[in-house]
Amino acid sequence: MGAITLKNVRKTFGETEVIPGVDLTIEDGEFVVFVGPSGCGKSTLLRLIAGLEDVTSGQILIDGRDVTGEAPARRGLAMVFQSYALYPHMSVRRNIAFPLKMAGMPQAEQEKRVARAAEILNLGPYLDRRPGQLSGGQRQRVAIGRAIVREPSAFLFDEPLSNLDAALRVNMRVEISELHNNLKTTMVYVTHDQVEAMTMADKIVVLRAGRIEQVGSPLDLYHKPVNQFVAGFIGSPNMNFLGGATAARRGAHVIGIRPEDWVISRTEGRVKGKVTVAEHLGSDTYLHITLEDGNHIVARSPGEFPVTVGEELFLTGAEGRIYKFDEQGLAV
Amino acid sequence: MATLHQRSLARLMVAPSVVLLFLWMIVPLGMTLWFSFQRYNLLMPGMEEFTGLGNYRYFLSDPGFWISLQNTLIMVGGILAITVIGGIAIAILIDQPIFGQGYVRILVIAPFFVMPTVSALVWKNMFMNPVNGLLGQVSRAFGAQPVDWLSQYPLFSIIVIVSWQWLPFATLIFLTSLQSLDSEQVEAAEMDGAGIWARFTNLTLPHMGRAITVVILIETIFLLSVFAEILVTTNGGPGYQTTTLTYLVYTQALLQFDVGGASAGGIIAVILANIVAFFLMRMIGKTLD
Repeated sequence: MGAITLKNVRKTFGETEVIPGVDLTIEDGEFVVFVGPSGCGKSTLLRLIAGLEDVTSGQILIDGRDVTGEAPARRGLAMVFQSYALYPHMSVRRNIAFPLKMAGMPQAEQEKRVARAAEILNLGPYLDRRPGQLSGGQRQRVAIGRAIVREPSAFLFDEPLSNLDAALRVNMRVEISELHNNLKTTMVYVTHDQVEAMTMADKIVVLRAGRIEQVGSPLDLYHKPVNQFVAGFIGSPNMNFLGGATAARRGAHVIGIRPEDWVISRTEGRVKGKVTVAEHLGSDTYLHITLEDGNHIVARSPGEFPVTVGEELFLTGAEGRIYKFDEQGLAV
Repeated sequence: MATLHQRSLARLMVAPSVVLLFLWMIVPLGMTLWFSFQRYNLLMPGMEEFTGLGNYRYFLSDPGFWISLQNTLIMVGGILAITVIGGIAIAILIDQPIFGQGYVRILVIAPFFVMPTVSALVWKNMFMNPVNGLLGQVSRAFGAQPVDWLSQYPLFSIIVIVSWQWLPFATLIFLTSLQSLDSEQVEAAEMDGAGIWARFTNLTLPHMGRAITVVILIETIFLLSVFAEILVTTNGGPGYQTTTLTYLVYTQALLQFDVGGASAGGIIAVILANIVAFFLMRMIGKTLD
């Protein structure tokens, strides 16, 4: 009940072309994440789906119905905003009930739905407070509550976690994933954080400058990036790219090796480098290494790796885990 | 102001200005109070004597007192209603993106820069005059009898003139308030299915609550003392129809030369203003949490 199809959707602001033409199919019940660097048009794309911006040309279909010219409220979607966008002068209860009130739903039904949403989101004790009296995480939950009471055909999230602190972000991430598992409603989620994308998505859409670079499951993107941009964007820390002679030896313009794919040794290896910074996280050790040819790379070693700054190490890219790219940055 | 020492030093430093401001207020008030208990008429110099509450008795039993009190309340209430409702409407209109927005905004704000006597005279001679005024000419163009605004509807005319002056102030405050409304909230309401009117009543109006109370408070303070517009247009007349409390005090002091009676009137006006201020403060206390 929430399949969204974009057919050659374009968006220009005056002279500037923000989205030069996007085709995308979102299946019913899918959790789709739009990810990309800031300014890549991912929020604009979401707002086009929501109806908060008019498309310049192209079509948006929801469940096969053309909604391109329809008002946001009639599309049957609900949106959670980055700033939560709660109504500050209304209690939590009235905030959550607002879309129902606007739809002219009977009072009893409104109360039933608000109570159910409050139960799902653990908002019971806060129903009579104002948004200003809540913490960031609670406000986020109220915003989600306001979205779920409408029982929309799809949820749209616009960077909902970026105003939360790191610990809370991880919690809310899990909560949103659980919510998706329970409701089984289509969710479209915009973020610039590839960790959020990897952990939550059924399907990731990587965008750059308004164009879709690649669409696929998280592990698809991780293992088979179509180009250097996607390879560099997915995975944390970022993939290391080496050009020049090292790449030429393998018949590529640039080769990419993920930090976790380095074999680190004190005695032998293909390249030698000096440790400049070592980050000990307990579970992993990230080594920032300057190679002899001047390239700077990051290598990850599981567990603890006792090392001192300035120490020389040998590194070898794990065979079969080396990504090759041609002059255009496309994967070979 | 962390330590006791810093606090007492701070008190010492602000003391001179506090003392000065206190004297600034208390000396005129004290003198007015003093005069209000004196029989003090400028036409009879040297005959000043203490009369107790005599001045108050005369002022309160003046045939013009109750009607002027009523006029004051009607005038202030009328102007407040027009400026608040009209101000919100104009603010919403000039907040829309239109061609020449900057010029339109300057034009809307312009009346505020015109001094009260001038604007009142412009209204009196160029708009409301039944022979030369624009409104009279328009009625004649339609073959209707021109209305002599200032003698047929004097209080209403005063309300119109003063509202015209204060609309820009209200509009300006409401415009800044409108522009501080979070656009994501508006979009959220749009997604929630709220139409234009529902967005206005559920989102815009509550958001502007604070600005509205500020406008009402500031305007009330100034409107209670409206004087120049009345003096140059109607002189309080015809009869007592546009005599407000301020104007009545003026007639006592400068037309009847009764300083004692005028002082008593002034004190009564201060008391009334404080009663109004009390209710306004309670209203503000509710909106400012």
